[in-house]
Amino acid sequence: MTTTQRLDAAPAGAANGGTRRRPSTDRRPRRPVGWGRIGAWAVLALAILVTVVPFLWMIRTALSSNHSLAANSASLLPADFSWGAFKRVFGMQSPEEALAQGGSGAAINFWLYLRNSFIVSTMVTVAQVFFSALAAYAFARLQWPGRDKVFSLFLATLLVPPIFTALPNFLLIKNLGLLNTFLGIALPTMLMTPFAIFFLRQFFLGMSREMEEAAKLDGASHLRIFFQIVAPNAVGPIATLSLLTFIAAWNDYFWPLLVGQEDKVRVLTVGLSVFKSQSPQGAPDWSGLMAATLVAALPILILFLAFGKKVVNSIGFSGIK
Amino acid sequence: MATTEIPARSQAAAPARAPRKRGKSDLATALVFITPAVVGFIVFYLVPTIRGLYLSFTNYNLFGSPVWIGLTNYIKIVQDKLFWNAMAVTGEYVVLNIAFQTVFALGLALLMYHVAKSTIVRGVLLLPYLVANVIVALLWFWMLDYQIGIVNQVIEWLGLPRVAFFGSGTWAIPTIAFINVWRHMGYTALLLFAGLQAIPRNVYEVAALDGAGAWKTFWKITMPLLRPVMVLVLVVTVIGSFQIFDTVAVTTNGGPVNASRVIQLYIYQKAFTEQDFGYASALSVILFAILGVVAFLQMKFLRGNESELG
Repeated sequence: MTTTQRLDAAPAGAANGGTRRRPSTDRRPRRPVGWGRIGAWAVLALAILVTVVPFLWMIRTALSSNHSLAANSASLLPADFSWGAFKRVFGMQSPEEALAQGGSGAAINFWLYLRNSFIVSTMVTVAQVFFSALAAYAFARLQWPGRDKVFSLFLATLLVPPIFTALPNFLLIKNLGLLNTFLGIALPTMLMTPFAIFFLRQFFLGMSREMEEAAKLDGASHLRIFFQIVAPNAVGPIATLSLLTFIAAWNDYFWPLLVGQEDKVRVLTVGLSVFKSQSPQGAPDWSGLMAATLVAALPILILFLAFGKKVVNSIGFSGIK
Repeated sequence: MATTEIPARSQAAAPARAPRKRGKSDLATALVFITPAVVGFIVFYLVPTIRGLYLSFTNYNLFGSPVWIGLTNYIKIVQDKLFWNAMAVTGEYVVLNIAFQTVFALGLALLMYHVAKSTIVRGVLLLPYLVANVIVALLWFWMLDYQIGIVNQVIEWLGLPRVAFFGSGTWAIPTIAFINVWRHMGYTALLLFAGLQAIPRNVYEVAALDGAGAWKTFWKITMPLLRPVMVLVLVVTVIGSFQIFDTVAVTTNGGPVNASRVIQLYIYQKAFTEQDFGYASALSVILFAILGVVAFLQMKFLRGNESELG
């Protein structure tokens, strides 16, 4: 498989190169500012605008009162400013109040879905990153027969479309009696994903062996070497992977839709689609819907604001997901 | 920091390491380290793959046990008009999605590379990709609403007739394709941007000395050297694109009529609405096979495994 080789070349560069490469960029001769450059900036500005405006529109709608949206559909500011949509989303309005403000009146509680999403995403992230790091270390650093063959087998699963394994996995979770449990939603991605192992193996391969060798001479076991030397030196990539894993788990819709339909385990993405389908057909609760999407998007946006640079620089070929 | 002391140490450690490598196996430790991952691999990837294949030859409705029926599911699929419709709809989606996404992403990647190297610009353009499909779909569902969506307000303001983005058979798939172009554009651009950064600068310097203009440099140097990355990006995005589900499921749910019933939605409905797990499994085997063939053809014809840099 040629893909494998290409994949191999990448995240090491993404993990280390991102910072190392920077000095060389300044050597590039600056071209004089011409029309081409102005045009290029204009296009870039347009792209940024197209990216950002929908998010602003989401906020603007969430802060509007639903009944006023139709009359003020083109005004840039919230139409008849109100926190009502958020109250509705968090179940802080009585059904009558919600109905009066354009909601469906059905009980909806995004606090619960927010909590559920946190539980599932945290379970997946902690377990997956931990077990994948162990495996990645064994693939990168330990000598054992059949190592590279097992690794290619793992990588080959990247080619299997998730829908293909989703149906049998649903049957398995059902047979295990784990439908509508947090464990059932999290389990399939808790032990490994090919991407996580690949990502960390790439980094471990690029790490200097010296400290490990020294520890080995001192008689330290591999377990100790891993936890006391390798893992602490890989905090950066482990944090990046955790962030990517958390975001992926948070955003997943298809799998939780299959196994987590009940309210008590329903995650945000599924909650959103339920909210949308409950919304009155003729006059949807747009401000409620946008408030709900904002609530669902906010934790990721906050994480991104805090650690965005890591994510941005980690995307190279390693972005295979 | 640590890098400075390494050269001195490596010389000292080298002779000690050499004999140790030969023949010594860490099998016992390795077993401890890989067991959880191997269990995960076998239980949630390997066995389901085999089981999925097996189920495709059975009649299974979740109650009782699967009954072997040979190729019956596949024969039914070939005669299934809804299947062919789903394939056509998915194909239309993939072509629209990939064509626009790749062109826009390449443009953005070039801009990121030549104009704005700022991480903030890249971060902003990546934003839509970090937000869930479902959120993006609902946001655009609102903005593209026929009655009071902002996009139709603008269209009307321009003096054009309103568009039923989700409500018309002609527009449903292009609309969904556009939504996902919006979501993936920045991410794909970042992948290509990483590829651009890997092209050695001296190649450009030589081209400039030879008096090659920007247009010529792009076609004769940038594109050929970017090709392996481009192929990889295409393979990954095309495979992803074939599996479109979330956006359709929360907006049109396959409608109007069957205009946006893409293949994964069809599989989902067969399995979970009609409880026909055998048929749904056969459909996903076919999807799997199509993805394999498409990836293979892309690698072969776009020569993704060869690099001009040699």
